Amino acid sequence: MVLKRKDLLGLKDLSKEELELILDTADSLKEFATRKYKKLPTLKGVSMINMFYEPSTRTRASFELAGKYLGADTVNINSSASSVVKGESLVDTGKTLEALGVNIVVMRHPMAGSCKLLADNVTSSIINAGDGTHEHPTQALLDMMTIREQLTSLKGKKVAIVGDIAHSRVAKSNIWGLTKLGAEVALSGPPTLLDHNKFTKLNVTCHHKVEDALKDVDVVMALRIQKERQGTTLIPSLREYARLYGITKERLSLAKKDALLLHPGPINRGIELTGEVADSLKSRINEQVTNGLAIRMALLYLLSGGEQNGNIA
Amino acid sequence: MDTNEKALIMDQDKLKRTLTRISYEIIEQNKGIDDLVIIGIRTRGVPLAKRLANKIEEIGGKEIPTGVLDITLYRDDLTTLSEQPILKKTEVPLDIKGKKVILVDDVLFTGRTARSALDAVIDLGRPKHIQLAVIVDRGHRELPIRADYVGKNIPTSKKELVSVKLTELDGEDKVVIEEL
Repeated sequence: MVLKRKDLLGLKDLSKEELELILDTADSLKEFATRKYKKLPTLKGVSMINMFYEPSTRTRASFELAGKYLGADTVNINSSASSVVKGESLVDTGKTLEALGVNIVVMRHPMAGSCKLLADNVTSSIINAGDGTHEHPTQALLDMMTIREQLTSLKGKKVAIVGDIAHSRVAKSNIWGLTKLGAEVALSGPPTLLDHNKFTKLNVTCHHKVEDALKDVDVVMALRIQKERQGTTLIPSLREYARLYGITKERLSLAKKDALLLHPGPINRGIELTGEVADSLKSRINEQVTNGLAIRMALLYLLSGGEQNGNIA
Repeated sequence: MDTNEKALIMDQDKLKRTLTRISYEIIEQNKGIDDLVIIGIRTRGVPLAKRLANKIEEIGGKEIPTGVLDITLYRDDLTTLSEQPILKKTEVPLDIKGKKVILVDDVLFTGRTARSALDAVIDLGRPKHIQLAVIVDRGHRELPIRADYVGKNIPTSKKELVSVKLTELDGEDKVVIEEL
């Protein structure tokens, strides 16, 4: 099994085998993150650019370190400090990077589909680090890795995703990935942030009452309330959201006894989950970050190897 | 890839005797078994390393730590291969700083795997020294590398393939020359 792709744009079009290959490769690479000396020669001569049109701390740092640890040359570009402010189009920026010999472009962009647009126009490999409300494949992969690592397998496991499903690219990538690997997904959120008709088509269950979604699940995944995307029109107030959907100790006790708690970060403490829950033994939030590094190293490795990919000579 | 078995080089008994001899040589050359760590290079070096460690333990009366090395990330040909190799775990469960590391592989050929393995071990820590043990040295070196312990030197042509089969992986113990 090999990953014969130029780009990684989302989990929707990945096969079960491709998902497992990425997770297995990341498992093998995780040992490396605990080493004293973290520098491999694997991607010597490969250059990558992190192009972030939206703020990010962990995803960008994680990609940058993943590239550096594998021996690639990494450069960061912020949209506020790039030619974008001068009016250059995305495709033109991509062509410029291509002319500079960039092999891999990691991009985060507020527009859904922007990574696909870039991927269709350049020969460099494009990795989606979050495109609007569409997908955030590496975050979902690290969630899946964390669950698989703790619970051995995803098959038959019940995962509840709670929060702003409508705007969450993390939730969408997770729905594609988790269901492909045999997990059962239950979604919960306010009616304005979770369209039952739309999501039940994806083989998941939808619950407006959060307690219904949490009953006997193996994993509780709380999502961040995205103030930047929804404005203040879709929920009456953050306080009300916290009261109706926030993960508290009591709500978490509805899940299985050894259930895991995940959150993609950054946490709005006291809103999506209480501080007590975030720091509890069930929380795997820090493991998620470590696994994110392994997942990103795995993808850089898998997208770079092999002439047949035609992307890196 | 179709191959024809051309010659049997070692049967089960011969392989066993070879491993016993190499075990004695390792103890002799290292003046005992203190600070020894035996690391097998994936795939066939792994069961061979375990067998050597067991034998040395039998002779020396002390357990020898073993490890597993995957050299994929250290290959110098990753981007020119037609398909990327599947990555497996490296598992060396102890600090190798100051230890005497014995790397174990089945066949020594171009020397590129051994070179990658040297880099991989050095990244794990600074051992006192690294030695290389192989079952077969078939020549055709592309790098200035030699083994410290050799089961058998077998001059081969490049059209031939030396295949070390092990019970743990192949269901039988033997070393054969195959023709492509």
